[in-house]
Parts: sequence; structure tokens; C-alpha cells
Amino acid sequence: MLRYLLNKIALLIPTLVGITICAFAFVRLLPGDPILAMAGEHGVTPARYEELKEQFGYNLPIWQQYARYVGEVATGDFGVSISSKRPVIEEFKTLFPATLELSFFAMIFAMVLGIPAGIFAAVKRGSWFDQSLMGTALVGYSMPIFWWGLLLIIFFSGYLGWTPVSGRMGLQFFFKPITGFMTIDSILYGKWDAFRSALSHLVLPAIVLGTIPLAVIARQTRSAMLEVLGEDYVRTARAKGLSSARVIGVHALRNALIPVVTTIGLQVGTLLAGAILTETIFAWPGIGKWMVDSIFKRDYVVVQSGLLLIALIVMAVNLIVDVLYAVINPRIRAA
Amino acid sequence: MKKKLTFAAALLAASVLSGVANAKTLVYCSEASPANFDPGTTTGGNDFDASSRTVYSRLVEFKHGGTEIEPGLADKWEISDDGLVYTFHLHPGVKFQTTDYFKPTRDLNADDVVFSFDRQFNKENPWNGEKYLPNLTWDYYTGMDMPKYVAKWEKVDDLTVKLTLTEPNAPMLANLGMDFASIVSKEYADQLAKDGKMADFSTKPIGTGPFQFVDYQLDSVIRYAANPDYFKGKEKIDDLVFAITPDATARIQKVLAGECDVAPYPNPADIGTIKANQDVTLLDQAGLNIGYMSYNTTIPPLDKPEVRHALNQAIDREALIKSLFQDAGATAAQNLIPPTMWSWNKDVKFDSYDPEAAKKVLADAGLKEIQLWASDRVRPYNPNFQRAAELIQADWAKVGVKAEIVNYEWTKYREEGKKKERPGAFQIGWTGDNGDPDNFFATLFACSAIGVSNYSSWCDKDFEDLIQKAKKTSDLAERTKLYEQAQVVFQKQAPAFLLAHSQVYAVVRKNVSGFMMDPLGIHRFDGTDKAE
Repeated sequence: MLRYLLNKIALLIPTLVGITICAFAFVRLLPGDPILAMAGEHGVTPARYEELKEQFGYNLPIWQQYARYVGEVATGDFGVSISSKRPVIEEFKTLFPATLELSFFAMIFAMVLGIPAGIFAAVKRGSWFDQSLMGTALVGYSMPIFWWGLLLIIFFSGYLGWTPVSGRMGLQFFFKPITGFMTIDSILYGKWDAFRSALSHLVLPAIVLGTIPLAVIARQTRSAMLEVLGEDYVRTARAKGLSSARVIGVHALRNALIPVVTTIGLQVGTLLAGAILTETIFAWPGIGKWMVDSIFKRDYVVVQSGLLLIALIVMAVNLIVDVLYAVINPRIRAA
Repeated sequence: MKKKLTFAAALLAASVLSGVANAKTLVYCSEASPANFDPGTTTGGNDFDASSRTVYSRLVEFKHGGTEIEPGLADKWEISDDGLVYTFHLHPGVKFQTTDYFKPTRDLNADDVVFSFDRQFNKENPWNGEKYLPNLTWDYYTGMDMPKYVAKWEKVDDLTVKLTLTEPNAPMLANLGMDFASIVSKEYADQLAKDGKMADFSTKPIGTGPFQFVDYQLDSVIRYAANPDYFKGKEKIDDLVFAITPDATARIQKVLAGECDVAPYPNPADIGTIKANQDVTLLDQAGLNIGYMSYNTTIPPLDKPEVRHALNQAIDREALIKSLFQDAGATAAQNLIPPTMWSWNKDVKFDSYDPEAAKKVLADAGLKEIQLWASDRVRPYNPNFQRAAELIQADWAKVGVKAEIVNYEWTKYREEGKKKERPGAFQIGWTGDNGDPDNFFATLFACSAIGVSNYSSWCDKDFEDLIQKAKKTSDLAERTKLYEQAQVVFQKQAPAFLLAHSQVYAVVRKNVSGFMMDPLGIHRFDGTDKAE
């Protein structure tokens, strides 16, 4: 098991180097000179331009800039935002809980609906339910998040008035965050109406963000289930006279869930990518919206470090999934 | 309805709990998070809405809804006959805000004013550099050429400040009404420096403005309370909340649902829905901007005014504006400055569409080919340079001029475009800073701006004399006359094709009163009230 883990970690190192190069190159490949872009409509005098170039280290040869950047990142220095002048890591820590909270509820939504739907579709294979579910899943998978989010807002918030349009909690509630998770903080403060408000604000963005994972999970559960249902031990279980519910719920499902767990883990990347759009539409103060704002502000330091931090998280989650997978499926460890 | 009742009940409960009965809360759905709350260090309109226009005041202020200057922290001022010395008399008894992080022990005085500017240029001032915040650039202070014009700031006595200039510069007064010129508290700065918490100066602001800062949840909500000691009298609303909502459609849905009271910048596509709604009002105004197209006036045959006029006449401007701005609309420009700015000359009319007349002049001048420049960027004054170029190209083709469209990426575009030898017609525009006509005329068409931002390379003696004289005269009536004449010269000489001033919008719920569109593009809430 340890060897397996070390192997996985060793594989992460080239990925990590690749990511630092990508993040570094990305902001330098964006069209336009960052200093001229920062200066805006006024432009800058040539003298001032040189001064700023030196201040931001853009006068150094490119490899030196990269070496400096890697050195800083390795020591945990992710730089200081050009626009807000705050350390990037501090902003990240403040905003990340919001993204995590939203992603958590999106995942709950996707699993609670996706797994049972997948099972049901597999059991009733070829039925109208199976066909329409798989059709819907395909639509869900291809749904442009931006359009989907606005559509839900206009219908549920605008037309029906059931849910708040955007934000994280009703503006009348106001307390200093403890954990940064509004659903938890409101309970810690004993403010139940704030808790309800936080939940109601989560509904639409969680649905929007959870739509693609929902489709993926439903499809994956269905195919894993179909595979397992054809296995000998399932037939044996049926032959023993076990109830259909017990065969499906205990014998088949436990084995079918193994690939589903991997799929769920891999959806973390999708969630973080989706968060960029979802958070922007729903004014959700997380890292996705932060990245978009920073791109518009040409805040290259935030974009560069933000990309790296998000990539690190995705890598960490993938590692955890690999380990979990090995735990629930011993065959993997030997391979 | 039920939702509204619950919300009202919750609001009521919240106000009872906090001990304020019937607190009036105004919610503004702002478009972006502020970079920070120190207006000297930021450049965005949304930064200024959240800092300078709420928390701070300045020596002089722009009249609400206009570009004229009126007294602010300075009750009155004198300008010496040579235009070099400005003496400001401060309003006595102005209090800085008392919050849970700062309790002022003295009123505003000349030290605060001197400090507010000194920190922006004096490298010896500990607040000028790294000690305060990393990578400080003081963009507006340098961008408005303050280092060039300001010789020194001096305290005469507690309530008198003297500003000495290096040369006469009438727009200086308008500069002092700008956001970067907000007056900060020296006492607060000293206290933070002593406590080793200098960075707090940009996150926990203290000013003398109508609202005081309460809390900021990063990227989410900013809370302010009315400043009880505001020297112009306490505001009618008790609490001001900025709910940061970047998506334009979500912002408008929030106003329609009553989740916020005011929102800026709706999507053009939503204008129809907003107009049809009974609960909200759509406010609009010509923005403080101009989209135009500069002819290089030094290269024949474009050096002849009649050729430039003919090119202008060949363009169907009305159709062009309609196609570019669509539902959002724009005001066809008659002058370089928008009609909301003082000195706008109502008697000047831009060239009208007359392809027949144009054709003859252009044929006589032998103009058969021309370069037409376009870039990829969306600007407030021109949402689509490329589309504009294509439409103009088609119009010019009808009068026998073949236009070749030249494309560059935005920063490169401006680099190439400002070169003296750049041929043809170059699409560009400008968004004003301080509401002073000098900020348009001199910035864009002064002889000294050739190679910088005078894309026409146009240096006309009559025009130059008028704008330079206006820059050195401090009498407003006199300046107005000079700029009116300058606009007549501009129209006669036609160094550019003037497109339009784009329309700016805000959506306001019907129960809100006193909120005004501002030609400077800022959103301010002093004087705003809300009926329950």
C-alpha cells in the first residue's frame, strides 16, 4: 500500500512542474503587455513604463522570471494581488470555503439523484424510463452552464419568486464568519433563519453546478450496474431466492459503486471549472468568481497563482480518490 | 407576496435586535468587487463608488448629476491673479467618522489635506511605498499630471491650505474634485503606523463622507451606515449595502425581485423588459465619453479640411450608430465633448449625411484608397470597431473610396496608431476623468499630444490658442466662451469623424428617490431616500 502511495506521489511531480510552466506561460501568452494593460486609457510615459517593468520584475530574462516564480511558490509565497495589494493566499483562504460549500451541495444533489436514477435505469433497462433518463442525462451533460443558470434564475427567482436571485445569504443576516461555511456558521451562531436563508441561496447554484456531474454519475452508475447485474454471483444470489431489493441493494450495488466513486472524485475538476461560471452568475463569493474578476482586472499575479492553487487542489483530490479506490478495491494495490 | 412578507419580517426582527427601529436600508447591486478602500491607490469606477463617493469627501465636489465644481470640505477658495496660488478655506468643525476601529480626537484640519496629497508623490512619506502596500503606482495622481503642475502644498493655519502650481492650470480645480483627491485622516494614519497595521488603511477606511464603513465580506457584501456627524447633515437612509453582483442579467433580476433597490449597467437586451416593468424606473444619460475616428491630417489629401468633411459626409452615421449600439442606444455626437459637460456648444452641428456632395469633392481630391483601422476590444464608446469599420468601408465604397481595414490587438493598436506617420483613419475614443473640457480637448487634440494621444497629428493654431488660453484662465464664464469657440474651430477643421456618446443606464426601484445618474459615471447615494 505504501509503495502504491509513493508511486502515485512520484507521478505528481512532473504534473506539478507542468502546471507551474502552464500557469506561468499562460499569463504571458495573453494578448497585450500587462503593464500597458494596467495603465489603462491614459497610457504611461516611457520612463514610467521602465520603472513599472522593473517593479514587477518583467525586465528580467524569461527563465529568471520563471525561476524566481518557482522559488517563491516553493516557499509558499503566492505573491500579492496587483489590484487589491493583499496576499493572494489570504484572499484564497477567505474565498475557498464558499466554493467548497457550493461544490459540496452540488455533489450531494448530483449523487442523491444520480445514483438512484442510474440504478433504476439499469434495473429497468430498455424501458421508457431508461431511455428518457439517458436522453436527459445527455442533455444535462451538454448544457451550457451560463445559459442554464440564467434560465433557472429568470424562471424560479424572477417569474415564480421561489428562490433568491443571487448571493450567499439574505442581506439582513450579518455575522463574522467562523468556518467560512455559511450553513455551519449560522448554526454555530444559533441563527436558524440565517441557516434557512443560506440553504435557499444554495438551491439554484447547486443545481446548476451539479447538473453535469449528475448526468455523468447517472450514466456511470447505470453502466456499472448493468455490468454487475450480469455477473455470476448476482445470478447465484437470485438463485438462492433473495429478494430483488436485497440482490440489487446489497450484492450488486456495493460492487457497482467502485467505479462510481472514481467518477465522483474525477468530477472535482468539473466542479471547479463549473464554479467559475456558476459563481459569476450567482454572485457567489468563491474562487471561481475571483478568477474571472482578476482576468478582467488584468491581475496577472492572482490569475497565475489562482490557477496553480486550483490545480493543486484537483491533484490532491485525485490522489485521495486513488487511495480510496485502493482501499475499497484491493486488486488495484497489487497492480 | 409571502416571500416579501417573510423578508420584511426578518428585516424588522433584525432591526429590533440591533436596537434601531425602522432603519432604512438601501441595497445597491454593484457590478464588481472594489480592489480596496483607499481611492488614492485604485482606478476603477466601482472602486470609487465603494470608497471615495461613500466614505470620503474632497476639498471641492462635483455638483450632483453634473460636472460643475461646488464647495466640499473647502467652503471657499481664492486663486491668485497669476493663476499659480490656490488658497482653500476649510469648513470648520468637520469630524472624521467614529467607528469601532478608530475614534478621532480632533476635527479635520490642514494637516489632513497636506497629508492626503503628500503621500501620493513624496517618496520620503512612509505611506508612499512598500511600507504601506506593495506595488503602489498612484495611477491617477500621475495620470492627471499632478507631479508636473504641483509645486507644493502648505498648511497656513489649521483651516487654511495653500497649493502652489508650477504653471497656471485651470483644470486643477476639477482634478481636486476627483476620487484620488479624497481627503484622508492623518491622525488615523499615524495611529495605524504606530500600531504597525498600516495596510488596514486600505481595508478599514476613515473619511468625512456621508457614509461610514461597517464591514466587507470579500467579493460579496459591503456594509455602510449613515455618518451621524456628516458635515452636510446626516443622510436619510440609515444603512447602505453594496451587494456585489457581476452578472448583468442577475443584477436586473435582483432589482425586479426587490432584492436590491438600485443597479447599474443593464444588458442592452434587457432594456425592453425593464421599461415594461411597473416597479422600476430606467434612468439613462449620455456618458462622459466620445467615440471618434482620427484622420491623419498631415498626409495629403487628408491634410485638406474639405476632404475630411467629405469623408464624414459619406458615412451614414445614423445607421452606423443604430447597428453598433442597437437597443442600448447612443447620442450622435455634435461636438467632441458630450452635452452633459459645461461649455458644450449647442449651435455646432456635425456634418450631415450627403454622399452626392462627398463623391464630387473626393473625386476632385483624387482620394481613391484609404486605410481604416480597427481593433478587437469592446469599448464603452464603441462596442465593435470591426463592425464599424466594415460599415464605413461600405459607405465609402459608394463614393468611390476603397478602404483597406487594418487590424491590431488593442495595446499594439494604440502603439501603432499614435505614431505621427500612421496613415488613414483610426478609430478610437475617450472616457473623461474629471468633467473638465480640457480633459477632452487638450488630452486628445493639443499640439503637445501628437505622438501620445493626438491620433490625428492635428496642430491647429487657432484651436491651440483657444484651449491653451482656457487652461490658464480661472474665470469659468471666460473659459466657457473659449471652449465654445474651440468647438466651432474643431467643426470647421474636422480633424476627426465624430461617432457618438454611448448611453449609460441604471435601474432604480420606484420607491427610491433622489438617486441621479452622474455624467462622471460614478454612483453616489448622498441625497438618496427610500419610501417604505
